[in-house]
Amino acid sequence: MNRITATFLKQKSLLNIFITAGYPALDSLPTLASQLFEHGVDILEVGMPYSDPLADGPVIQETSSLALQNGITLQRIFEQVKLIRQTEKDAPIFLMGYLNQLLQFGPEAFCKACAEAEVDGLIIPDLPYEIYQEKYQSLLKTYGLAISFLVTPRTNDLRIKALDQACNSFLYIVSDNSITGGSKDQFSSSQLAYFKRINSMKLKNPTMIGFGISSKKMLKQAGNYANGAIIGTAYLESVKRGEQSNFIKELTQQNL
Amino acid sequence: MMQPTENGFYGEFGGAFVPEMLYANVEELRQNYLLFLESDGFKKELADLLKHYVGRPTPLYRASNLSSHFGAEIYLKREDLTHTGAHKINNALGQILLARNMGKTHIIAETGAGQHGVAAATACALMGMPCKVFMGEVDIERQAPNVARMKMLGAEVVPATSGSKTLKDATNEAIRYWIGHPDTYYLIGSVVGPHPYPDLVARLQAVISKEIEEQLVKEVGVEQPDYVIACVGGGSNAAGAFYHFIENKKVKLVAVEAAGKGIDSGESAATFQLGTKGIIHGNQTLVMQTEEGQIIEPYSLSAGLDYPGIGPMLAHLLHTGRCEALSATDEEALQAAMLLTQKEGIIPALESAHALAALHKLSLKPKEVVVVNLSGRGDKDLGTYMKHFNL
Repeated sequence: MNRITATFLKQKSLLNIFITAGYPALDSLPTLASQLFEHGVDILEVGMPYSDPLADGPVIQETSSLALQNGITLQRIFEQVKLIRQTEKDAPIFLMGYLNQLLQFGPEAFCKACAEAEVDGLIIPDLPYEIYQEKYQSLLKTYGLAISFLVTPRTNDLRIKALDQACNSFLYIVSDNSITGGSKDQFSSSQLAYFKRINSMKLKNPTMIGFGISSKKMLKQAGNYANGAIIGTAYLESVKRGEQSNFIKELTQQNL
Repeated sequence: MMQPTENGFYGEFGGAFVPEMLYANVEELRQNYLLFLESDGFKKELADLLKHYVGRPTPLYRASNLSSHFGAEIYLKREDLTHTGAHKINNALGQILLARNMGKTHIIAETGAGQHGVAAATACALMGMPCKVFMGEVDIERQAPNVARMKMLGAEVVPATSGSKTLKDATNEAIRYWIGHPDTYYLIGSVVGPHPYPDLVARLQAVISKEIEEQLVKEVGVEQPDYVIACVGGGSNAAGAFYHFIENKKVKLVAVEAAGKGIDSGESAATFQLGTKGIIHGNQTLVMQTEEGQIIEPYSLSAGLDYPGIGPMLAHLLHTGRCEALSATDEEALQAAMLLTQKEGIIPALESAHALAALHKLSLKPKEVVVVNLSGRGDKDLGTYMKHFNL
């Protein structure tokens, strides 16, 4: 059984944390990651810093710019993931980035490097699922890589089903019509209705809710409608303040 | 005519590589744009505005002194004489009518030098629609007069503070705002962005080549020009000037990009020569980028040409050999601007001066008919000219 399947069999609301590789320092990722796993974080999403990250809000943009200034490269990210894998054998690791990064590295070389680093899956927000199916699906399969697709409140049911078909890890439920980040401390009733709608669709993939999740309350709410939640911006803000240890401790205590 | 596939591809270039958060916005536009653009009501209203508000058709002027100088028949397509002083208004008015037809009430736009921002703000003032223009923080400082124009026209100028704080980042910011505000219409300024924008903007700028074609037949008595020359940043004036000539292989199409301080200087915006296939602002095209796909901030003295990508239609024309790419350095463009000013009494925009600079690089024969698209006037560049010519 692969790591993704095994993880989603756990009878709990899963926590997926997003880290921008190369932030705050070039080699921070392995240390931050092991701290997360010590506190019971279930899935790690590693952001590959990009110069023009269309789907990201100001906080992740800033961390990406700083990481690039720090000299982060894809090659280094693969090395850092290998380091993480020396101790963390079970948690799925996803790489999140933009299609142009994959294209320039070379799609096959990229997938091969992922496989060697024991990456489990990819999240490429600007890769349309139709193009994925046409050009990349068999390549990812060859290298044992899964893919996740985003669903938003404006994605219609027909398209959600098509995305679900193309997806083979978890559907990333974008909580709001927005880019990453946000400042609310709870979901609105229309957001909850949207989660409920997705949940009732009986999709083949598990779901995780992300974008704008910053509080324990939201994390718990997300767990009622999905298999878990993804936190990026709020975590990176805690890293910026140097308080990530407490931040994660609080979240995971609530998550038990 | 040059139309993309249903998914927006010109050969291998184009498409819509957008995050799912943007999918519905782009899809709504894709489903609607041709319905409106091809309707009689829309065509009539736009034609009326272009005639009475913009001042079209713009003259096709035979530059006789320049013709003697170069030993060929040089014609200038005078887009510099349009209202607001550049071709950008053709697109802004077309898209604002489209926005209104689609029931949108708010407009956003991006701008680099401010010419498209001014055109968008002008269209919004005319239609009574609120307008936000995203502009790089660096550009806001460099282009103060255009910022003032936009404000006077009632637009809100929103500083883009991410990345390199210039046009590419202003475009990113506009797209991000659009994600969060789907009721807004994003009025893009060039033949770039996800499908259908490149096709939409090319169609709205195609009026330039349509007029050139008609004017050559009626006023000059030739069926077609030997050359059409246009400068290229994102490529909207080139797409417009080439559009109706693309199928006519007798017409040589020349796109002139900004070589900045020289192609190999590390400071240029020569995407045709230095770019490689990649993705920028939701389409696949030629992009100036690092080996790992990080997009490079380009340089040109002219703020309208320093874009690290190029419209996918133009990338395709170049790739298939239909269009020739030349480049002009800052210095060559400055000299070309001075030459036009002193020979013809026309001060061109620094962008358009790049197209003029190409005249030196072609081996023109007497009687050959050369049309240069004079995309904008030079008032906005006076500061640059003052500095470089010690005026």
